[in-house]
Amino acid sequence: MADYNQATYDAVAEIIAEVSSIDRTTIAPDSHAINDLGIDSLDFLDVTFAIDKKFGIKMPVEKWMEDVNEGRAKAEEFFVMRNLVRHIDALVAQKAAA
Amino acid sequence: MRFERFQLIDRVERLDRPRKAIVCRCDVPHESSIFDGHFPGHPLLPGTLMIEAIAQSCGMLVLVLHEFRRMPVLIGVDNARVRGMVKPGAVLAAEARLVQEGAGYVAATGHVTHAGKKVAEAEIRLGTLPFPSEFLRGEARKFAREIGLV
Repeated sequence: MADYNQATYDAVAEIIAEVSSIDRTTIAPDSHAINDLGIDSLDFLDVTFAIDKKFGIKMPVEKWMEDVNEGRAKAEEFFVMRNLVRHIDALVAQKAAA
Repeated sequence: MRFERFQLIDRVERLDRPRKAIVCRCDVPHESSIFDGHFPGHPLLPGTLMIEAIAQSCGMLVLVLHEFRRMPVLIGVDNARVRGMVKPGAVLAAEARLVQEGAGYVAATGHVTHAGKKVAEAEIRLGTLPFPSEFLRGEARKFAREIGLV
């Protein structure tokens, strides 16, 4: 059984494929958005916008980048697909609980 | 408008902080080398500049709402439509309203009107970055004062 929500994963993969003009079949749960899928920083802003809009959340991407740059977290924690999806689900749950 | 500086906004007419909206006045010059080619004998303001006027209005809105801590840069234009022809000497109103904000970006809708008639509209996305220098931040503040934004 996957350790992430499949529906969320499918939606996020679809967004990334469309926004970044990537073949959907090349996106896998262990794909790193930047290292494997080649999404640059401007593309990722567009991805962030689309995900925020779809799920009604605000991904704290700048905070994530700060954590990575200051050594508090590894980039994989936020930008590997399965992990990104888990963070999105957590943000959706937080919003629902608020 | 001062085409040579790519400055299309002349004055902020209205700033609505609660609604996150702005209305700017844009005076189309009577003469410009741009009109020599667009088009010879039939000068018209390029539609792309109407879209840019919307983007610049958004940019001014972001500057003031973020208190000049972040520099806006254009990253996306969606559903752009040019719906009217604008001649030299026209006075335009460029309006923008933020509809979504997130980490490092804002999304807005906007339009340009001439004599109350919509001539262009677009959805604009701006990235927001730290200013690369205090000089640039200072220039942004200076321009904001000149156009009555602050």
